Amino acid sequence: MTREIAVVAFGQTDHRRTSEEFSEVEMLMPVLHDVLARTGLKTPDIDFTCSGSSDYLAGRAFSFTLALDGVGAWPPISESHVEMDGAWALYEAWTKLLTGDADTALVYSYGKSSPGPVRDVLTRQLDPYYVAPLWPDSVALAALQAQALIDAGDTDEPALAAVAARSREAATANPHAQLRGPVPPGEYVVRPLRTGDCPPIGDGAAAVILAAGDRARELCARPAWIRGIDHRIEAHGLGVRDLTDSPSTRLAAERAGAFERPVDTAELHAPFSAQEIVLRKALRLDGDVRVNPSGGALAAHPIMAAGLIRVGEAAAAIHRGESDRALGHATSGPCLQQNLVAVLEGDPR
Amino acid sequence: MSKEPVAVVGIGQTKHVAARRDVSIAGLVREAARRALDDAELTWADIDAVVIGKAPDFFEGVMMPELYLADALGAVGKPMLRVHTAGSVGGSTALVAANLVAARVHGTVLTLAFEKQSESNAMWGLSLPIPFQQPLLAGAGGFFAPHVRAYMRRSGAPDTVGSLVAYKDRRNALKNPYAHLHEHDITLEKVQASPMLWDPIRYSETCPSSDGACAMILTDRAGAARAPRSPAWMHGGAMRSEPTLFAGKDAVSPQAGKDCAADVYRQAGIADPRREIDAVEMYVPFSWYEPMWLENLGFADEGEGWKLTESGVTELDGDLPVDMSGGVLSTNPIGASGMIRFAEAALQVRGQAGEHQVDGARRVLGHAYGGGSQFFAMWLVGSRPPDS
Repeated sequence: MTREIAVVAFGQTDHRRTSEEFSEVEMLMPVLHDVLARTGLKTPDIDFTCSGSSDYLAGRAFSFTLALDGVGAWPPISESHVEMDGAWALYEAWTKLLTGDADTALVYSYGKSSPGPVRDVLTRQLDPYYVAPLWPDSVALAALQAQALIDAGDTDEPALAAVAARSREAATANPHAQLRGPVPPGEYVVRPLRTGDCPPIGDGAAAVILAAGDRARELCARPAWIRGIDHRIEAHGLGVRDLTDSPSTRLAAERAGAFERPVDTAELHAPFSAQEIVLRKALRLDGDVRVNPSGGALAAHPIMAAGLIRVGEAAAAIHRGESDRALGHATSGPCLQQNLVAVLEGDPR
Repeated sequence: MSKEPVAVVGIGQTKHVAARRDVSIAGLVREAARRALDDAELTWADIDAVVIGKAPDFFEGVMMPELYLADALGAVGKPMLRVHTAGSVGGSTALVAANLVAARVHGTVLTLAFEKQSESNAMWGLSLPIPFQQPLLAGAGGFFAPHVRAYMRRSGAPDTVGSLVAYKDRRNALKNPYAHLHEHDITLEKVQASPMLWDPIRYSETCPSSDGACAMILTDRAGAARAPRSPAWMHGGAMRSEPTLFAGKDAVSPQAGKDCAADVYRQAGIADPRREIDAVEMYVPFSWYEPMWLENLGFADEGEGWKLTESGVTELDGDLPVDMSGGVLSTNPIGASGMIRFAEAALQVRGQAGEHQVDGARRVLGHAYGGGSQFFAMWLVGSRPPDS
């Protein structure tokens, strides 16, 4: 019998173009207090803690150790960290709860994209010998993917602009989002992508609390049960991938049970407008599904937290009774190289 | 609910050296993974997921290298997780992988940790200045030396103990073909005559900078039944963390280390570690950490650890051998160092440790720590499956 595990609380910062007056710890602390307050839990009640972040964004080795100081790790806690988006920290915590060694888990992630030129920073993710020395930046790589989609007849520039406009329109209802309401398509950054097709550069943090079984029912009126969660990675080299498709997303969704019954809501981590087209196809989302009611990554994109926020937003929609079965998706790497899919459900009403 | 028992059925490491200029990072990790697969007599197709760890990305200058390494590690189409918990990361990575098996999420998992320090400079990778935060500046040695001093003052240990550890570990390394430092002409006098780097830590009492990788294949009961060689079984595993700096911290014997060991012993049913554990692969990057961790891990009373070292208890033929492989003092690819401790513990209980095998080792502890002595990861492995 597999253990039932749910997201019971989700919190996030307001995402902002810059947060230079705050350290990462100062940015994170209110969010940690927020999710603890939502559940009434105190730090000693948390059985396992896991975080996601990146030293490269912080510009400092072991940057996550400072965040841990802010968590309240005294007396010592059972704790781990992934150098990835917080969605993968959530996956590690889910695994820990499945073993039965923990009944509750705190998951958090944070990222400041503002201090450095993020397009350049992300080039350091690429093959260090053959590709990274050429400095192909993240927008240029996303533009390759967008052009491949246009060449394949899967989309065109007006359709991409419509994705961006819909996302930012939806974000008007999200007080945490950075870009809200009408945003002009703007000039080309790298053809065919215009500024409007790209995510805002911003800083932010997010946290969720997971709980198992009856503990989840005690902590949350309507827990968002994780019915399945899986993640898959693809080849790194862009030359060996079909950029118009996302087989890793499809496989992760299949393994997470996403195709067993339709979802009503999907929070997709698509930082570039064209990537939503790829993900919709891989996830077989039709017009009836609410996609990115939060505004998605085009409205707020704190790197390393944006994926966890997608799972958190999907869970929060269930908490609020706005969704019965929701999908949360996170991505990592150039052109959707690695993808995670979580399927969440509320109890029947 | 019950957990699936976890078995180690494959172990591979590279010959650790100062600089592997003949291979890329991908080539280095693939070499270790290939050896682990060969040991388990499995192929890439038998692996359900990959869990990879290493210390800061600045050490090689590659951000989130798991993305680039997916192809080299046969991970395409599979789940791949990247763990980073500072110096304890090699141990934590193995534990995250073990949890995937214990939770029955996957049947067989490849876990690997590496560091290719020659691509960069670890000392300066740890010393990037940022506003409002004191960086380590003088690397790890500068951070840990005052804590060693505090231990010496507190325990009254004679100042010869550190050199005994270094002399022992470097001799043990001569029996380990994968160890980085093979100092065939090592003598105690040479250790004691080596230059003082961070008083009281001498040059020969510090770890080298190594290129290297270590991999393990972890599997469930069914996988263990198919294994060609006897598996090592996990009897307990735990991680504990505490803040780096605060007024109440005991930097000599951190509470997180004590709690982590206690959790592992509880899971493994160990009441008296000194009697019930046969050997220890301990994370000792500076020689004095052997007596310090002997106390922290419950093998000696407070202030007594150095006496075990001085009386030869921790020698390869002693009553509680420590760092039979030569330890971190002889081999330090930072991100892999913790996993090497875990893997060497497993080699011992499998009876596969070759010249540095401890006769009849049945239960062996693998230990790792990191950050400012704030992150701990440990596992206890046995030659027989756990009860229940």
